[in-house]
Parts: sequence; structure tokens; C-alpha cells
Amino acid sequence: MSISGFIGQLFAIVLALALAPLLTGWVNQCRAWLQSRSAPPLLQPYYMLHKLFQKDVVLAHNASSLFRTAPFVIFACMLLACAIIPSLSTDLPFAPAADTLALVGVFGLARIFISLAAMDIGTSFGSLGGRREMLVGFLAEPALLMVIFTTAMISQSTSVATIVETLAHRDFIIYPSLAFAGIAFTMVSLAENARVPVDNPATHLELTMIHEAMILEYSGRHLALIEWAASLKLYAYSCLGLALFFPWGIAEKDNFLGLIGAIPLLLGKLAVGGFALALIETVNAKMRIFRAPEFLGTAFLLAVLGLLVRLLLETRV
Amino acid sequence: MPILYSIDLLLVAACAWLAVGLAGLVAPRNMHLVAKVLFPVGAAIGLAAGLEALFFLGEAPETAVLVIGLPTLPFHLRLDSLTAVFVVLLGFASFGISIYAAGYFRQGEGASPGLLCLEYHFFLASMLMVLLADDAYAFMVAWEGMALSSFFLVTTDHRHEAIRRAGYLYLLIAHVGAIAILLSFGVMTGGAGDYTFAGMRAQELPPFWASAAFLLALVGFGAKAGLVPVHVWLPEAHPAAPSPVSAMMSGVMLKTAIYGLLRVSFDLVGTPLWWWGVVAMAIGLVTALFGVLYSTVQSDMKRLLAYSSIENIGLLAVGIGLALIFHAYRMETLAALAMTAVLYHCLAHAGFKSLLFLCTGSVLHATKERSLGKLGGLIHHMPWVAWLALLGVVASAGLPPLSGFVSEWLLLQAFLFSPGLPHSWLNMVVPVAAAVVALVAALAGFAMVKFHGIIFLGQMREPNLIHAHDAGPWERAGLVWLAFLTVLLGVLPSTVIGLIDAATQQLLGTGLAGKVAEHGWAMLAPISPDRASYMPLVFLATIAAAVLLGRWLVRRFYHGRLRRSDAWDCGYFFQGPRAQDTAEGFSQPIRRIFEPMFRMERHFPTVRDEQPYYSVKVEDHFWHWLYLPVARLVEWFSGLIVRVQGGRIAVYLLYSFLTLILLLLVARP
Repeated sequence: MSISGFIGQLFAIVLALALAPLLTGWVNQCRAWLQSRSAPPLLQPYYMLHKLFQKDVVLAHNASSLFRTAPFVIFACMLLACAIIPSLSTDLPFAPAADTLALVGVFGLARIFISLAAMDIGTSFGSLGGRREMLVGFLAEPALLMVIFTTAMISQSTSVATIVETLAHRDFIIYPSLAFAGIAFTMVSLAENARVPVDNPATHLELTMIHEAMILEYSGRHLALIEWAASLKLYAYSCLGLALFFPWGIAEKDNFLGLIGAIPLLLGKLAVGGFALALIETVNAKMRIFRAPEFLGTAFLLAVLGLLVRLLLETRV
Repeated sequence: MPILYSIDLLLVAACAWLAVGLAGLVAPRNMHLVAKVLFPVGAAIGLAAGLEALFFLGEAPETAVLVIGLPTLPFHLRLDSLTAVFVVLLGFASFGISIYAAGYFRQGEGASPGLLCLEYHFFLASMLMVLLADDAYAFMVAWEGMALSSFFLVTTDHRHEAIRRAGYLYLLIAHVGAIAILLSFGVMTGGAGDYTFAGMRAQELPPFWASAAFLLALVGFGAKAGLVPVHVWLPEAHPAAPSPVSAMMSGVMLKTAIYGLLRVSFDLVGTPLWWWGVVAMAIGLVTALFGVLYSTVQSDMKRLLAYSSIENIGLLAVGIGLALIFHAYRMETLAALAMTAVLYHCLAHAGFKSLLFLCTGSVLHATKERSLGKLGGLIHHMPWVAWLALLGVVASAGLPPLSGFVSEWLLLQAFLFSPGLPHSWLNMVVPVAAAVVALVAALAGFAMVKFHGIIFLGQMREPNLIHAHDAGPWERAGLVWLAFLTVLLGVLPSTVIGLIDAATQQLLGTGLAGKVAEHGWAMLAPISPDRASYMPLVFLATIAAAVLLGRWLVRRFYHGRLRRSDAWDCGYFFQGPRAQDTAEGFSQPIRRIFEPMFRMERHFPTVRDEQPYYSVKVEDHFWHWLYLPVARLVEWFSGLIVRVQGGRIAVYLLYSFLTLILLLLVARP
């Protein structure tokens, strides 16, 4: 482990913490523009977090210790995910701690905690949200794993850094398998980040909500942590998608200049990605909850198809 | 030359267990003696046996011949590394379960305490003998001892008819399985008449007979382990048995069947054929998917766990299948990867499933309730059980950084290598099987959230739950030990793999220990760190540090103020416990998505109902497709036999006379 690697790692974490709310604000702003509404300020998520941290926590009478621990655990999981995924550089000392399979595990751990916390108060909305979150989770997780399998088979590795380095160094040809995997990954990310068409981040108190239903009982610093963790999750998924499918520009080991060059590139890629997300959310309608299995089933099939294409067509070359 | 061989010490342990069991008969009604003296002694014996086997791992096999048995075939015993791994499992798991049982068993629950003590320790001793047996006769005797003692344990509370029926079903399927195992041993002797395992190893069977032996073993051991379609006894027997017995059966006894399958297919029968692996994997996938789907829709907490055990056994069968395929193609490193995953999952499952079953025991004692629909909110009165159960739940859902994730990770890694197989069709099919494994793992998370969320979280669904009390000190100690094993297996995978590698090497000739040891104890990288690596301690430390640091920073820069209030009721103030999801409600999405997989009887209320109610009953398709037709066939057949059974002694004498004449005609020298 080199000193520069360690500094790079710390920088990546701090950058994730700082940039994640900005990305959420950017997506909200793009959405507002596309829907010809007047947009909230770009920094609105930061004001929200600051306000929530200042407020008292109002806890339901029968909230247990699990309910109070969960926001911290969820936040820690998302932070770990951001620390593993290469955003600027593949030289991350934390990266060997968890490969892509463990990364899926981190997201799973966070999901279990948020669902359990949702069931803790014992309101009808809470358990409804928890149940739906697990529904989306068990449909999305295998699809995500299959996407990762496809990339892992191309690079012969499940380590995120190796995958990114292999994919970045290949000649510019479009692998059909990666195209399938990319579409599947986009669909999974929409579902996992509670976005239209599976969930709507802008709703409160609709019978169709998932994420908001789970966190109805949270307030104050707990809610702030959960909202921040949600931003971090969006950031982590964006960076993972960029690293897997657009890996060019991510600096490699001991490449300090590349690291400096990677920052504006990352910002640019995230801006474009955020705009694309807002566009998807604007042109699609929220679907009924029981259409979600079809949506995610399609993602799963596409991912498996990508894997098969990889095995059938690309290994013989 | 050592004075005492390890195998002798293990024999002493088996005898000591028998002695402890018999000691219970001295004062059969004395609960205090049985619970507070004999069960802890039994636990200590278990720990000693486990430690002895742990230190034995990697040494040369030891054999012994006992003077009991048949005149021409005395009991042969053998201790090798494969046996030792499973003895470690038996010893360590039984230590926790016996300690727990010391606090669990109370007066007046079915059988008398002394009898219970005898059955329980006889069960332990016979499982140890199953592992040590080195000839078919000793194996079958121990196997039957295990089946019978566990049958009596299952029917401890024999006053209930449902429990007697569950016990009968268990006994029936156990014996169908035993017959298949016996036939498999018969085939493996190759007609030479040498029933020792050494003799079977020496036989070179033609492929047809080798396949027959393997398939018979798969059926026989599958019946004990709970592979579909011979799984039906599991969800009946586990809820019927007292919780420590369920834990022992699910955590340990199912693993003896896995041990038997490994022993036959990798050791006794000779070189495997590749399609055996495909068969094992296919059955395993069906079992895993079936088990996990049914576990999500159960409303009885122990049935939920029983189906989850079926799922885990399915995953083990998938791993064995993968190891067989790699082994058949002589890709020994990859076979070692899959085999390590299997052995690791055996250990992990023994830890977390015993833990969860024991937690249901504490809940059962505290509330007298097994149905999920009448529980809820127990974390307030049973914080120890609730938090320890959470560890089991996370491990069972296969999530990092606990034990279940390590074996799942190893299994998925093994799947990722399968495109190297020299068989194009397998190349394609095997990675797709990984998709099913991924789905199963994700569904297991759903089932586990349901288990924990409905029992321990939310509002109490029944008013009498306020009287629930936390587990006592003995129970707590047992739970903490098993939770400790779960965490240990989760965070020290390299060390554990280094220990169990002796068994992998014994079965396959190669192991992972060398590769794993290169990267130190903190990092698990079975092939190379570039390919895949996992450092659970760093993982755990990062999350723990982030949690603590986050908490401190929030308090440092803002505040830690908190006030209590009512839950927000959305303006509708009838937010009672009935407004929460029930067990049925929670699994409604699964029933809807996978509707054809279940056989459901539902009643929906209509607007005109005076007393509206909703009910749903989910049944196993296999009952109606397989078991009831077979039962009808047997009944029809016995109806035919009744005709020759008139009940008159003169007729029976005539039958004997005719048989004698027939025998004399046929069997002339």
C-alpha cells in the first residue's frame, strides 16, 4: 500500500461524500427543466441535510435500538461501497477488501437494515415499504450479479480494479454482451435507486411509494443520514456504471497527472449521466408495483442473455 | 508413537456420551440433575471431541477395529481429515446446543427428563459413530441408531397427534433412504463380499455399476438431507421437535448425509463421471429454489427455517455437483474451490441455522406461540435473542461480513471459472446455473427479513406478549457461542480454509491452502488477488469505524437530542397492531409472482359477509403429485394382500406348509 494510494483513497471517499448530494441536486434540477418547472437551487440537498441535522429526532414510542442503529449502518455501507468503486483512480487500497460480489453484498446488507428498520415501528406504511423494498431487491440483485458476471468473464476477474483496467485497455469495439449488460445495469440502477418507473423519489404519501414509505418515521439526524446514504447510493451506482461501461479516463496506479485529469472528466461524465437519468424519469411513467417484476425480470433476462452472448460468440474469437 | 490415538479419544467421547445418557436413567424424573449436570457434561464432551478433531486435521488417517459387530465383520473405524472436519462441526455445534438445552428443557414437556437425556446423547454418539465408521455394517448400525434416536426425540411431545404423524413420516422416509444406502454399499462391493470401505475403494467398478452406486447414494443420503422430492419430512419434523433437537437435526444431522454423499462419491466409488455432477447440480438447483420459495410463504417460524434448511442443502448439492464436474475433468484446483465452498457452507450452516432454531426455542418458551401471525415486537422484551437472531439472519441471507457470505462467495467464484470446461454444452449451462444461485440467495434475504421483522420488530400482535421474557443465562450462553462461531467463520475465512483444506486434499489431491496462505490471514484470495479477493476484517472494521465515527461527528458538530412521540398515523388514528403486515401479507408478492409454484387454498371476504375473514393455505405440490398417489398405490396393493390374510390359523398353517414344499422343490442341493 503506497502513501499516494492511501491519499487517493481518502480523497475518493471525501469526494464521494461531497459530490453525492450535488449529483442528487443536479438530477432534480434537470428534471425540473425538462418538466418546465422552476428548478430548486443546485445546492438544495446540502441545505436539506444541514437543516435535518439541526432538528431534534422525534422517535416513535415503540422504536427499538435497531431503528436507531440502522441509519448509521446504512450510511456506513454506502460509504464502503463508494470507497471500493473506482471513481478517479483504480489504485484504491480498500479495493482488495471487497470485490464486485462483496459489493453486491454491501448493498444487500444496507437493504436488509433499511427494511427491518421500516418494520420496526409497526405502522402499515412501514411494513408495506419494507416488503416492497425486499421485492425489488430480490429481483434486482440477481440481475446485478449477472451483469457483474458478464464483465467478470471478459476480464477474468471479479476485482473491480482489474475489471476497469481490462475494459479500459481493450480496443474500441462494442461487445454485444456489454451492450446487453449495460441496458440491464441501467434498469437495475433505476429500480435500486428508487427512480421512475419503479418508484418515484418525488412522492410522499402515495400508495405506490417504496423508499418514502420505509423512511416515514425517520426524522432529524437519522433522516439526514438516510437521505445522504441514498445520494451516496446513486453516486455509487453512477460511478460503477461509468467504471464498467465508460472506463476511459480513470487513472491507474502511480499516475498522478491522470488523477488530476480524472476529476473534470468524472464531473463531466456524472453531469451527462445525471441528465440522462432525468430524461429517463421524465419520459417514463411510474408503473404499477406488480409491473416491476416484469421490468426487473426483463433486466435479469437481458443480463443472462449478455452472459450467453459472451459465452457463445465472443469466447471463440 | 503416541500413547493415545485421536481415534481412541473420539471413541471415549462416544462412550462418554452414552454414559451420560444412561446416567439420566438413574433418576429419570430429576430435571435438575439432567438439565444442570448431565447436559453441561455432554456439552463439555462435545467441545473436547471437536477440539481433538480440530488438532487432528491434516494428520495421517488412523484406524481401529472393535470387537463388536458380526463374527466375520467386526466394526472397522477410521479417522481421516474428512471425518475430522465433520467431527469438528458436530462437536462445536453440539457444545452450543447442549449448553442451551441445559436451560431449555423443563419439567412436564412430554417425555421424562431421563429418557430425553438418553435419547439426546445416544443421538450424539451415533452421529459420531456414523462419521467414524469404516465398513458398511458399522455405518448402517450407527445410521439406524441416529434415525431411531432422532425419531424418539422428534416425538418427545407425543401426546399431540400431529407430532406423532410427523415422526412417522420422518421414520418412513429415513428408512426408504436407508434401503437405498444399503443397496449402494452392496453395489460398491462389486460382488466381492468385502464390506469394509477399504475393500470398496479397491474395487474398480464398471461405469454402469459405479453410476448405479452413485445414484442410489444420492437418493439415500438425499432423503436424509432433504433433497427434493424426498424433502417432505423436514418441514413436518422440525416444528414438531423441541427446539434444541431441531437445531441438532438441521445443523448437524443433515450434514452427516452430506458427509455420506461426499464419502461415497469422492472416496469410495472411484473416478466420477461428469454427468453425475450435472444430476447433483440440477437436483440441487431445484431443491434450493423450491426450498427458498416455500420458506418465504410460511407462517410458522420453525417451518420457515426448515424450508430454509432445504434451500441450504440444495446449495450444498449444487456445490458438490460443481466439484464432481471439475473433478471428472481433472481440473483439480477448481474442484478444490467448489469443495471448499461445500465444506465451508456445512460449517457455516451448522452455526447460523442452529442459532436461529434455538432463537425460535426461546421465543416459543417466552410466548408459547409458534405462528408468526401472533408474534411481533419482541425486541423490546428479548433484546439478547433479537440481536443474536439478527446475526443469524444476516449470515443466513448470505451477506457479508458473516459466515454465509464466505461460502456463497466461494461457490460463485467456482461458477465463474466454469467456462474453462472442455465440454461446450456444459460451458453454457453451468454459468446460467449461477443465475439461479443468485436468485436463491436474494430470495433467502426476503425470507430472513420476514422471519426477523415479523417476530422481533413492529408492534406486538397479541396483548399477552408483554409478559415475554428474555432467554435465561444457559440459553444465552448457547446462543452467544453459536453467534460467535458465525462471526468467526465470517471474518477469518483464510484461517478456517487452511484448517479444512486437509479434507479437500484428501478427497481431490489438491487444496487451496497454499494459495490462500500466501496472502496472509486477513485476505481471502483463492486464486490470486488480481482475480478475486475479500478481506472481511477490513470490511467489518470499515463499517464499524464509519458507524462510530459518524455517530461521534454528528454529536460533535450538531447534537444528540431526541424526544419520543407517537408514531405518525397519517391522520387515521386506528393504527393498531392489526394494521401491520401479517406473515401472509409480507409474502404476498412472492405468492403472486410465483403463483404456479404453490398449491394455494384461499378465502377472500365479500362485502356481504357477516364476519369477513381472509385465509390462505399454501401446500406442497409434491404431496399431491407424488406422495398421495404412491400412498394410494400402496393401499390398493395391501388391499390385495388382505384377501390372502383371512385371520384363520388353519389357513396360515397351510401357507407355511406350501411355502416349505416350494422351498424344498426350488432349493434342492
